Amino acid sequence: MKRRAWAVVLFAVSAALVLVGLTQGEFGSVFEKAVTVCLSCIGIG
Amino acid sequence: MPIHIKRRWTQGLSALAVNAYIPTLIRGKIYQGKIKGVCVPVLNCYSCPSALGACPIGSIQNFMATLKFNLSLPQYQLGLYVIGSLGLVGSLLGRFPCGWLCPFGFIQDLFHKIPSPKLSIPKFLNWGKYIVLALMVFALPLFLLDEYGMGKTWFCAWICPAGTLEAGIPLVILNPGLRSQIGFMFFWKVGVLLFFLAWMIFSYRPFCRTTCPLGAILGLFNRASLFRLVVDEEKCKTCDACSKDCPVQIKVHESPNSPECIRCLKCVEACPRGAVAYDFPFFNRPSRKKFRGAAIASSTDEERRPA
Repeated sequence: MKRRAWAVVLFAVSAALVLVGLTQGEFGSVFEKAVTVCLSCIGIG
Repeated sequence: MPIHIKRRWTQGLSALAVNAYIPTLIRGKIYQGKIKGVCVPVLNCYSCPSALGACPIGSIQNFMATLKFNLSLPQYQLGLYVIGSLGLVGSLLGRFPCGWLCPFGFIQDLFHKIPSPKLSIPKFLNWGKYIVLALMVFALPLFLLDEYGMGKTWFCAWICPAGTLEAGIPLVILNPGLRSQIGFMFFWKVGVLLFFLAWMIFSYRPFCRTTCPLGAILGLFNRASLFRLVVDEEKCKTCDACSKDCPVQIKVHESPNSPECIRCLKCVEACPRGAVAYDFPFFNRPSRKKFRGAAIASSTDEERRPA
């Protein structure tokens, strides 16, 4: 039960982090990076 | 259907699902739909032409690399969305996505099928992934900045073989504009990819076990996640059948929820007495009477003590 409680606490904290990140516009920042070719990922630049 | 067959099918379908947008693959461009901002819990380069989601490791590095610049605006983007997304998956599943969902893990599994002498990996190399995570994903992008206060994505640039395989090589082949720009870094990354491709023939999942920063993050959740392995103290005769079959060399009956465990569940299949099982709420949960260790079985002697 203790372990399950830890998992639930971690899940709740993670959900809170996601919400805070979303309110800061981080989804848009991730999207902008993800739709541009990452030159360092492909070994250019 | 045996677990290992289910796993192989799941891995294949997952690799297709996260890279499902084929039209961009043909055109040599990358998918730019709205869902690209969703972080997938696997190492799948977002510059792969057909990738539908964002790589969490690439995204974290970008947040670290732009943190100082963003704070000067001031814009408080700390990467909490990405870290929280990984926390959601980790707290539910631990490292299960490594074993069942990751396309690069699937590639490693397939390469390991090539007949060859099989070599174990020294345990101390397991620490490599934590060093890569701390240094190349967080520290270097955060602290090694140019004159504008911007860092670089060091792991993507110098190491990530998934990026080379899924994005670099296809884009360079399909896109003449990019082809003309390749230089030392491209050949360095191809060299790193070839090194890991060769190693994965001889050793099981060398990249996941020694280098992958995503595996390092999700592994930290293994001991606390809702999905876990349990060992029945009464049935287990410590015959070591589970450990002998464990591809990542874990002493399963001693440490069923080790951070190294990728949840392939080979140990569940291997145990001749059915003493090893997985536990996940509402999904094939072993009863408390049958599995006395279900609620407490874990990596320490105290946790393995019968209830």
